[in-house]
Amino acid sequence: MVAIKRVIDYAVKIRVKPDKSGVETSNVKMSMNPFCEIALEEALRIKESGRASEVVAVSAGPAQCVDTLRTGLAMGADRAIHVEFPGTLYPLSIAKILKALVDAEKPGLLLLGKQAIDDDCNQTGQMIAGLLKWPQGTFASKVVLDEENKVATVDREVDGGLETLCLDLPAVITTDLRLNQPRYATLPNIMKAKSKVIKKLTPQDLNVEIRSDLEVVQVTEPPKRKAGLILSSVDELIDKLKNEARVL
Amino acid sequence: MGFFSSGYPRNPAKIADFGGNGGGFWRAQGLIGGVRNFSGEPVSRESLNYDVVIVGAGPAGLSAAIRLKQLCREKDVDLSVCVVEKGAEVGAHILSGNVFEPRALNELLPNWKQEEAPIHVPVSSDKFWLLSKTRAFPCPSPFNNRGNYVISLSQLVRWLGLKAEELGVEIYPGFAASEILYDTTDKVIGIATNDMGVAKDGSKKDNFQPGVELKGRVMLFAEGCRGSLSEEVIRKFNLREKGQGQHQTYALGIKEVWEVSADKHQAGSVLHTLGWPLDSRTYGGSFLYHMKDRQVAIGFVVALNYHNPFLNPYEEFQRFKHHPAISPLLEGGTVLEYGARTLNEGGYQSIPYPVFPGGAIIGCSAGFLNVPKIKGSHTAMKSGMLAAECVFRTLREGSPLEAFWDSLKSSWIWKELHSARNYRPAFEYGLFPGLALSALEHYIMKGRSPWTMKHGKPDHEATGEAQLFRPIDYPKPDGVISFDVPTSLYRSNTNHDHDQPAHLRLRDPKIPELVNLPVYAGPESRYCPARVYEYVADDSSHLKLQINAQNCLHCKACDIKDPKQNIKWTVPEGGGGPGYTIM
Repeated sequence: MVAIKRVIDYAVKIRVKPDKSGVETSNVKMSMNPFCEIALEEALRIKESGRASEVVAVSAGPAQCVDTLRTGLAMGADRAIHVEFPGTLYPLSIAKILKALVDAEKPGLLLLGKQAIDDDCNQTGQMIAGLLKWPQGTFASKVVLDEENKVATVDREVDGGLETLCLDLPAVITTDLRLNQPRYATLPNIMKAKSKVIKKLTPQDLNVEIRSDLEVVQVTEPPKRKAGLILSSVDELIDKLKNEARVL
Repeated sequence: MGFFSSGYPRNPAKIADFGGNGGGFWRAQGLIGGVRNFSGEPVSRESLNYDVVIVGAGPAGLSAAIRLKQLCREKDVDLSVCVVEKGAEVGAHILSGNVFEPRALNELLPNWKQEEAPIHVPVSSDKFWLLSKTRAFPCPSPFNNRGNYVISLSQLVRWLGLKAEELGVEIYPGFAASEILYDTTDKVIGIATNDMGVAKDGSKKDNFQPGVELKGRVMLFAEGCRGSLSEEVIRKFNLREKGQGQHQTYALGIKEVWEVSADKHQAGSVLHTLGWPLDSRTYGGSFLYHMKDRQVAIGFVVALNYHNPFLNPYEEFQRFKHHPAISPLLEGGTVLEYGARTLNEGGYQSIPYPVFPGGAIIGCSAGFLNVPKIKGSHTAMKSGMLAAECVFRTLREGSPLEAFWDSLKSSWIWKELHSARNYRPAFEYGLFPGLALSALEHYIMKGRSPWTMKHGKPDHEATGEAQLFRPIDYPKPDGVISFDVPTSLYRSNTNHDHDQPAHLRLRDPKIPELVNLPVYAGPESRYCPARVYEYVADDSSHLKLQINAQNCLHCKACDIKDPKQNIKWTVPEGGGGPGYTIM
């Protein structure tokens, strides 16, 4: 099972709404989150190598999520499930929804992108692993499945370099940039995907209560960079740091 | 269709560098017509069949598609209609002023208001100024915009796309038609999309996908001004000579959409200017249209038959914004989007014969823009509708597609373009003779002159040699009203996967260093609104042409203006290019 998210396309210039309540999303191009594309590509490769029987793409969000799911179907996913919810969904809510879906579908592997490029939370994969009590391999740059022993060997990109973990299946893996290069959805596949049925559910169907413990109060642009000053002596530097920047 | 570049997150402000040999490394395989394979073996491509295949989801293409499906419903039959679009979404490559005349839309979809077309702002005032460096002189407005609307054409086209899909049209954005397919009798039977996943050096990447062939019983090319496939077909079948006879002339339009303070915004306000900063031998001017939501469309159009090779249309636009009559409006505002596109100015005299074996050319690819009105969307849509009606009869009754030409000649497009035909050519004599002749044409002859003026030299031949002109000293951008190219480019949301072959091909890789640079001082480094072409000193201080194809806005100015016609614009991988939403 692959969880995918519909986000603002990575090439679009982001703008904060005039009322500072969030980022402008109307009239803006949306696409599948790039890390989710990588996760889906990995799932498809696992299926093509015979180690999985089916790839199911799932997404939670407003009605337009079906566009992203159709792209997933066009890339090669067998089925798609859309959990419709019009408001904002934070990682914990998504994780709870995913848990309900995993309990129902019982996949052998859950793949997600490491983070979404709109909120950069990097939490959903870790949270769902916790809720399911499954092992997790995050920031995966290489995944090798051993079906005989039912383990996955995952190379993780960590601050110090690469870490190799061996996870018992079923497990949660979140994907990083260098894992693979996603395939293009071909025109014939896009055509076929248009007529595939996407299963629609609501959080109530899954007995998940969407409760937000977070509230976004304000979104602002970063302050404009001020020009630098060239100082003439160390004394002047100390004076400015003490009296103007007030860091001493 | 999110395309993910294989590299690290792209820094949009940095100009990508590749193709450092000026594209000259490109092996001789198929410079014209699209390269199909790189290792010598034939690539087998999937082939899909439709009744009608339309290249380009713009006003003309979508109007044709909608009209076809409407006719199907009326006669209770069905035709499969497929539209391919190189932009990542419908509307992503659509840029226009735009003061919209709803004449064609009223015929196509009379209930557009109830169906919530994004047409909300009627024109409320119509001003026309002649600018000097410091002053603005109001002149009588030659336009009659009563009943017209200030819109974003990109938004309208997106809406048209929805309407088309509701009627059963299949639209595939993100797919670029790069090759025309012919049968043994040289009839056009289809197009093929680009191979995707080809690396810069031509080898196949991991995610290589061969292109797909889309075959139609009738093909319609609706690629917009200077469409790459349309130009191929026009050359191959001599459509210019068979049509009205004259070559096409063009202009480059550069546009920004600003959000201004509420007290300065007047929805529906329309302004055009002539004069400063252009000299009296260069045709062009500005437009400033107030849309809704405090948004203002401001742009500058320069005819591409300008003579001074040092002219930089982008810089002219930037300094125009500093004019004392213009800058107050923009102070305190922010730029939302930027873009550029060429447009047709040839009008009546330049219309090619639009029918070729297997299909027809519609919209700006043929060229129905009314220059004195500065409107082409309504005629583009009407040409699509007329083509649809002829195509329907061809497919159902076998009547010849050539009837499209007669259909055009008896339509209001023809009447309109005929009475507008002498305005633009008058400016061959300069700004003031042009204005005088235009006034004569407009107020006295009222479009009934017995003569038809000819165009001057083709745009690429009009460029003078650099030694005869002086470089223009453009002011530096201030970052508040005027901006440098990388900043503006960032606002166009343009991107291409960097690891693909350069889509801007040089027919002869030596010409830039042998001709363009020494004779014309490298004009492509100035007219390109995306800084694709740069002359960079290499290690031996020798200036070489560097093509930053990743920046391309698909405006086609280089294809038009290159003095030796050495630059050929071909279509890059689908899904790339600008991401216009409110242009």
